[in-house]
Amino acid sequence: MSDQDYILQVKDLKQYFYPDRKHVVKAVDGVSFNVRRGTTFGLVGESGSGKSTIGKDLIRLNDPTSGSILFNGEEIAGKMRRERIKNLTSKMQMIFQDPMASLNPKKKVIDIVAEGLDANHLYSSREERTEKVCRMLETVGLSREFANRYPHMFSGGQRQRIGIARAIIMDPDLIIADECISALDVSIQAQVVNLMKDLQDARKLTYVFIAHDLSMVKYISDYIGVLHLGHMVEMGTKDDIFDHPIHPYTKSLLSAIPEPNPETERVRKVQGYDYFTSGIDYDQGTEHFLNETHSVLCTDEEFARWTI
Amino acid sequence: MENEYVIQNGEPILEIKDLSVSFDTTRGRLNAIRGVNLTLHKGETVAIVGESGSGKSVTVKNVMGIASSNQVVNSGEILYTYVDNGEKKTVDLLKYTKKKLIREINGKHIAMVFQDPMTALNPLFTIGYQLSEGLMLHKKMSKKEAWARSAELLEEVGITDPELCLKRYPHQLSGGMRQRVVIAIAVSCDPDILICDEPTTALDVTIQAKILELIQEMQRKKNISVIYITHDLGVVAKVADFVCVMYAGKIVERGTAQEIYFNARHPYTWGLLLSMPDLSTKDDRLYTIPGSPPNLLHEVKGDAFAARNAYALEIDFEEEPPMFRLSDTHEVASWLEHPDAPKVDVPEELQRRLEHMRSKSRAPEGGNADE
Ligand SMILES: Nc1ncnc2c1ncn2[C@@H]1O[C@H](COP(=O)(O)OP(=O)(O)OP(=O)(O)O)[C@@H](O)[C@H]1O
Ligand SMILES: Nc1ncnc2c1ncn2[C@@H]1O[C@H](COP(=O)(O)OP(=O)(O)OP(=O)(O)O)[C@@H](O)[C@H]1O
Ligand SMILES: [Mg+2]
Ligand SMILES: [Mg+2]
Repeated sequence: MSDQDYILQVKDLKQYFYPDRKHVVKAVDGVSFNVRRGTTFGLVGESGSGKSTIGKDLIRLNDPTSGSILFNGEEIAGKMRRERIKNLTSKMQMIFQDPMASLNPKKKVIDIVAEGLDANHLYSSREERTEKVCRMLETVGLSREFANRYPHMFSGGQRQRIGIARAIIMDPDLIIADECISALDVSIQAQVVNLMKDLQDARKLTYVFIAHDLSMVKYISDYIGVLHLGHMVEMGTKDDIFDHPIHPYTKSLLSAIPEPNPETERVRKVQGYDYFTSGIDYDQGTEHFLNETHSVLCTDEEFARWTI
Repeated sequence: MENEYVIQNGEPILEIKDLSVSFDTTRGRLNAIRGVNLTLHKGETVAIVGESGSGKSVTVKNVMGIASSNQVVNSGEILYTYVDNGEKKTVDLLKYTKKKLIREINGKHIAMVFQDPMTALNPLFTIGYQLSEGLMLHKKMSKKEAWARSAELLEEVGITDPELCLKRYPHQLSGGMRQRVVIAIAVSCDPDILICDEPTTALDVTIQAKILELIQEMQRKKNISVIYITHDLGVVAKVADFVCVMYAGKIVERGTAQEIYFNARHPYTWGLLLSMPDLSTKDDRLYTIPGSPPNLLHEVKGDAFAARNAYALEIDFEEEPPMFRLSDTHEVASWLEHPDAPKVDVPEELQRRLEHMRSKSRAPEGGNADE
């Protein structure tokens, strides 16, 4: 496969934080993964495992401690001027969890959606600006009459559509969706996910999809990376991960998914996993491949033991 | 005391009867709850599910007496049965003032866990202060006793270093830890009823599973009855004995978890079950219920779900359906259950899922990788 098939190539990414002199938080500790153009890469893992940090590194809200991020073949991880970062990441957009918190309540929908256009002077007249926004609202299934309303007049699902419109209007190649459906109820989640899929097909979008609802991640993703304590412990197609999990952390995570079936759910027990007593040392592990797409972080000995 | 009355498992302890509630808003009167009936028995767990805005939170807020000031109760009673000084007593909580509820009922008899643990914790006080406060008030403990009991409670909810945790402020804890603290506070005074409003929505699956197991364990240990609000049908399957499906301020179907998951009869319940992908969903699109819920500022004519219902009959637009009884535990408000109604089958996709679920249920224990 040629490198051009990859929109994103992340190599040995590290993001350390130094909250005070004595401590270092290794939020992301040597993570590598590639994302193919037009696909969805799901990032899963427990709270604090580093999912959002990776997302923020990609879009350069953080300055990565070390490692390389190639976006459309260009390095975006190194130290560089803000202007240049802005330029390089202009084809990337992020959609956030809480649609209300990420929308300015004092601004009208039209101004919210046009934010990126305004910042980058992407129109030649007021009329063009209005037209672009209205067309975008229609694309995400909102009426153009909504342009002059304020966010609080919308339901959760509608607000999330506004967030999506604001991202898509920049005509991005890559969208990082961080828990963008978590706050919505099931029926509205389904609407938003369907919309994201339609937009992906129509615009050949690539998604990095971060969520804690694993059945939704399975549904929307082509590839899935499992993060734990800043390490990518297992990676593969969704079938690799869901049907043939190898790493004990992945197995534990999957066993925690509640299923809508009272008969099995009653008796199901979550498989525990405690890294600190497991004898596993992520720093000793290297990437071991089970097939072309499926890899797991472990030592040779662990690999032999886990794959018999 | 010799003849102290003990409420037996299966006795009703909370009965919401024909509750109807409106809000006065700048745009008029909003009829949020339109005749809700719900019974909770000792030791049971009842789940309330339904779309955003269907009235789940407003219903339980009335039990806690924490409704907003612009609320008007149009009708109904909330009967709570408990043991006071060894005697069985039934009171109507709607007749209590806020003050009286706080002094006599809240925390001590009925406790609540909210979606966002931060709303339940005061950022200005340590965990220890907030936990021991209730113990001193309701359990008449001394400061020292309360502090020691607080540490025990934190240990019970799985916090590894309780002494340290007592000295911390809420913002110094992770989301999962905060929710554990809130649960510790909620169960600290041995309530009869625990109301959980989306207690795990903000948490990841691993922590969610632990918190759910924790609530279940506390429930078993202290024989607490639980009302559980969530839109996650996986969670409901795990915890609920009974499920109430709420739509536009009414309960439209109720039954045992078995009955709701395997034998749902209301088209809205079908829609809810279908819009959640299960791990076997391979379709290109997720099912969505068309349209949106009715505007409750206006009078609802007929069945509130009619306009979104592919199976709607003419009468659905005219007259509100009564509750049809399908079994001792299963009731549904849908004209499709009327003897003269045409027979309608469960949607195909749902049938496929049910088949899959049944085969899974029959599969031997531990058979996880059966696909
Ligand atoms: N700016 C920061 N300073 C210090 N520590 C940070 C900072 N940002 C993140 N962290 C820490 O890095 C770790 C990873 O955080 P991150 O937000 O990436 O987790 P996450 O996987 O997105 O979790 P969640 O599912 O709860 O959103 C956490 O321990 C967090 O406390
Ligand atoms: N103080 C208030 N003033 C006006 N309307 C209100 C007020 N509180 C709630 N409502 C309305 O009452 C209806 C029911 O709200 P409720 O909070 O019970 O919904 P819910 O089922 O809990 O939804 P969610 O799943 O989003 O929490 C909604 O239409 C809501 O907008
Ligand atoms: Mg995050
Ligand atoms: Mg609510």
